[in-house]
Amino acid sequence: MSYVTKSPWIIHYDGSSCNGCDIEVLACLTPIYDLERFGIINTGNPKHADIFLVTGSVNEQNVNVVKQIYEQMPEPKAVVAVGICAASGGIFKECYNVMGGIDTVIPVDVYVPGCAARPEAIIDGVVKGIGVLAEKRAAMDKKPAIMDKKPAATVQTEDNEEA
Amino acid sequence: MGKRTIIPFGPQHPVLPEPVHLDLVIEDEKVIEAIPSIGFIHRGLEKLVEKKEYTELVYVIERICGICSFGHGWGYCHAVESLMNIEIPERANYLRTIWHELSRMHSHMLWLGLLADGFGFESLFMHCWRLREKVLDLFEKTTGGRVIFSVCKVGGVRKDIDKADLKEIVNVTRGMEKEFRELADTFMKDYSVKNRLAGIGVLSKEDALELCTVGPMARASGVYLDMRLTGHGVYDKLGFEPCIETAGDCYARCIVRIREIYQSIDLISKAAEMIPDGEIAVPVKGNLPKGEFIARLEQPRGECFYYAKGADSKFLERFRVRTPTNINLPALVKILQGCDLADVPMLILTIDPCISCTER
Repeated sequence: MSYVTKSPWIIHYDGSSCNGCDIEVLACLTPIYDLERFGIINTGNPKHADIFLVTGSVNEQNVNVVKQIYEQMPEPKAVVAVGICAASGGIFKECYNVMGGIDTVIPVDVYVPGCAARPEAIIDGVVKGIGVLAEKRAAMDKKPAIMDKKPAATVQTEDNEEA
Repeated sequence: MGKRTIIPFGPQHPVLPEPVHLDLVIEDEKVIEAIPSIGFIHRGLEKLVEKKEYTELVYVIERICGICSFGHGWGYCHAVESLMNIEIPERANYLRTIWHELSRMHSHMLWLGLLADGFGFESLFMHCWRLREKVLDLFEKTTGGRVIFSVCKVGGVRKDIDKADLKEIVNVTRGMEKEFRELADTFMKDYSVKNRLAGIGVLSKEDALELCTVGPMARASGVYLDMRLTGHGVYDKLGFEPCIETAGDCYARCIVRIREIYQSIDLISKAAEMIPDGEIAVPVKGNLPKGEFIARLEQPRGECFYYAKGADSKFLERFRVRTPTNINLPALVKILQGCDLADVPMLILTIDPCISCTER
């Protein structure tokens, strides 16, 4: 964990899951697993969040909610799909009201498999999400420099010097 | 007489682990009317009976809800077994009862934690969930899963619990009883908790009966109603008596659930003592016969109702579940009328909403 220099905040939304993954997400925050020791807090406000934890698949009713939460989150942001339903629809894939995994609506960075996903796996997924966030942040830092029409190599060295 | 405003509540809201939407019509700080709208988690899994054989369908039905998953599996298996006239072994019935009571313990502790979080008592929330993990460890040891078990099958159960593990279950739950007493005393004796809950969201016995409330919600209003009295499983042999409170407010609902946790611990000990030796499952083969059956059992949230209709094939013709939260929603709308806006999260929590059960 030594490479975690930032404390990402997560927002959790239950798509159309069976609740199993949701209570495991909550279990991550409680004393046995205790995500908060890494500075990770479950927030209710999309504007405060860095990582979007989605459980369950998308359906007709919640597709707009998922999109809105994703759009309200500030850049850089990472999406972690928790559980097999969020990845592909899982056991409910054949149901008439299930459109498929979360990646049919918003881009997903990390998939956490399992039915229900274990807390250890969810924590692992969030930690991978932190890595994705760091990459995205680095890519964002480069962007303004590119707009100044500086050669890419120079940008790289400037970044390295700052770091 | 103030201006009327509509405040949307949910579907994404900090106190709700699951999405439900309420339009709250408020006047000053008082809620005049609450209009619920649901359907955010609707998957349509009752339709899957056409695609999955009756032996496979157990896995789907268990995933109606991750909190009461064992109960759903049991209800479905009970309905199908009765439809096919299968007598399951006595030991399987005892094992099912033990697992069902364990899941009631974990569900109620989960709820007590969420309630504590709802009124801002963070450390109590953490302690409830810390204690709950011990039940999950027992589940993991005996079934292999933490929240979804897949241990119930048509004709019996998939796994046996041996003597040593039964002894461990009794020892661990008895040990938890001591620890839980401290937490329960905080809920029952702490004056700030009492101030926050007592006298809020009162549902009279008449209203509870008229609105057909079920489960702890009905029992907190003094209604003598518990499906375990009908003797499903082995409850009739264990000498079961429901926990009844009469005040009908949030505090009474909290106390009913606390008392039920103690009761579950007692039931588990008794069942572990009385469990007979023998087979844990009978072989099941062949088609489902023509006919229909209704099974009822007491989930942690109240009466749950399973209807199965067979049509001389490997597939059920129709399967229907009526879940407790669905039945308690009218009562929620009733107690929300005239409450303070600040009490709304508390009232929603005290019906113990399970939205994925409700919408399936």
